[in-house]
Amino acid sequence: MGNLTDLTARECLAALESGRISSQELTQACLARMDALEWDIHAFITPTPEKALAAARAADERRADLKKRGDIIPPLLGLPLAVKDVLCVAGTRATCGSKILENYVPPFSATAVQRLLDAGAVVLGKTNTDEFAMGSSTENSAYGVTRNPWNRERVPGGSSGGSAAAVAARFAPAALGTDTGGSVRQPAAFCGVTGVKPTYGRVSRYGLIAYGSSLDTVGVLARSAEDAEMILRLMAGHDELDATSSQEPLFQAAGADIPDLTGLRIGVPVEYFIKGIQPEVETAVRAAIAEFESLGAQVREISLPHTAYALPVYYLIAPAEASANLARYDGVRFGLRVEDGGVVEMFMQSRGRGFGAEVKRRIMLGTYALSAGYYDAYYGQAQKVRALIRADFDRTFEQVDAIAAPVTPSTAFPIGGHGDDPLAMYLEDVFTLPANLAGVPGLAFPVGFDQAGLPVGMQLMGRHFGEATLFKMGRAYQHATDWHTRSPLLLKKI
Amino acid sequence: MTLTLKEVEHIALLARLELDAEEKTRYQKQLSDILDYVAQLQKLIIPDQPLTSASGIPAARLREDQPRQGLSTDEALRNAPVRRDNQFRVPPVLE
Repeated sequence: MGNLTDLTARECLAALESGRISSQELTQACLARMDALEWDIHAFITPTPEKALAAARAADERRADLKKRGDIIPPLLGLPLAVKDVLCVAGTRATCGSKILENYVPPFSATAVQRLLDAGAVVLGKTNTDEFAMGSSTENSAYGVTRNPWNRERVPGGSSGGSAAAVAARFAPAALGTDTGGSVRQPAAFCGVTGVKPTYGRVSRYGLIAYGSSLDTVGVLARSAEDAEMILRLMAGHDELDATSSQEPLFQAAGADIPDLTGLRIGVPVEYFIKGIQPEVETAVRAAIAEFESLGAQVREISLPHTAYALPVYYLIAPAEASANLARYDGVRFGLRVEDGGVVEMFMQSRGRGFGAEVKRRIMLGTYALSAGYYDAYYGQAQKVRALIRADFDRTFEQVDAIAAPVTPSTAFPIGGHGDDPLAMYLEDVFTLPANLAGVPGLAFPVGFDQAGLPVGMQLMGRHFGEATLFKMGRAYQHATDWHTRSPLLLKKI
Repeated sequence: MTLTLKEVEHIALLARLELDAEEKTRYQKQLSDILDYVAQLQKLIIPDQPLTSASGIPAARLREDQPRQGLSTDEALRNAPVRRDNQFRVPPVLE
């Protein structure tokens, strides 16, 4: 049969359904693989093996019981998943990769998580993340770096680096991540897995510990577009507990047929193919676009003229929102408290000691951009330019159905590669930020490798609430190619 | 540099962040670099438009004003750094 951990999420569910394997066996296999490799990869901040096995046992018992009674079986019953540590899972600590929440145990689960738990999923543990999701390499975690399973000297990307590494290393068939500036798509590209950033408002943010409230989305990392779609559909939908969640109806489930892309119009934005992209990244992405053409799509060049402004706009809006969202970490009701003098002293010491450098930088940037005398010039202006960026997308989608682009300017960079140069790190996000600013969905998937054996990813961006088109294209591509089936050889036998 | 050390200290105070001397100098340089970079936005002249058009956030919908079960007191206090009875204990707020 081969390793159970080689099964995709769909294959796991089929095997569970047929009785070929039990959830306990599957979960044991994931945990055994983690035991063998986690000392090196460090994808998890908080693995929860006992809870996972207990949940797996319960899932097996429940399946047997439901079968006997002829009742409907929850769609993910017994499927192991990993969850990024910025999403709350009731009863398990949520650190957000920060010392300030080292011992915080949420009394509730995020809606996105709860919906998957209701569907029967088994949580293996909480994965590593850049602190408060601020970063593009997972190097900003207070709990150590995660190594890219394809090359341990390289970053897995960020901020959902732990989740991407967990899927690439086959610790879990799928994992939840979050994408505020590219944090699902970029690690998906670096780790050779498939990642979806949904439309803003598609998935509830309740229980997602907030970074940038107008930008945060909950996404999925998995080994195929098909798997990502299945899981996203179960999380999506309006939630009373999130005033920004949309009433938009759920997109259609995929049919069994191989999708036909005839007549689908793909736009290739000139602004995303700039000098400075690693040549092998451009080659692989253009080859993938050619593959879409051979599958029946029409490809044309388009322009998103305000693309270059996405970086400065994001690095004003996101820190501004973060400065407000992180004001709650004051040592009063939860998190680290350094009690030293009066109450203001307590705030200053708790936050000064509890937050890492990148978080402090962004809080200060945001505080400055929102402060009296600077608000209009910085934050106000950024919001106006954001509207222009969004309008670029709206206008483009009158002419095309999807936009094809690289995810990153290069393949995974070395751990420590950006030193203490925050701006250099920010430039990693150039191709992913626009989708967050515009609120549109994006699907990243592997399209090749470079000479060093590192994965190359590309992304498709779609209309607001147009995830179905992206998944259709992703499935068609993955039916015709096999990049997404490759995985790093980590163990000879387990 | 775009930011003076005094301005960095002021921002840190507004944000309630205690910084040591090394941090202040380091962030002064880094924040100045970042602000110089984002300042390019100020060169754009944009016709006036409603601010709310960008984020796509739907207007707030209110639910029925009916009481519901929330967190229990115990659940709400469970992560309290310092607790006394049913209260979060904090240093005196007023002198």
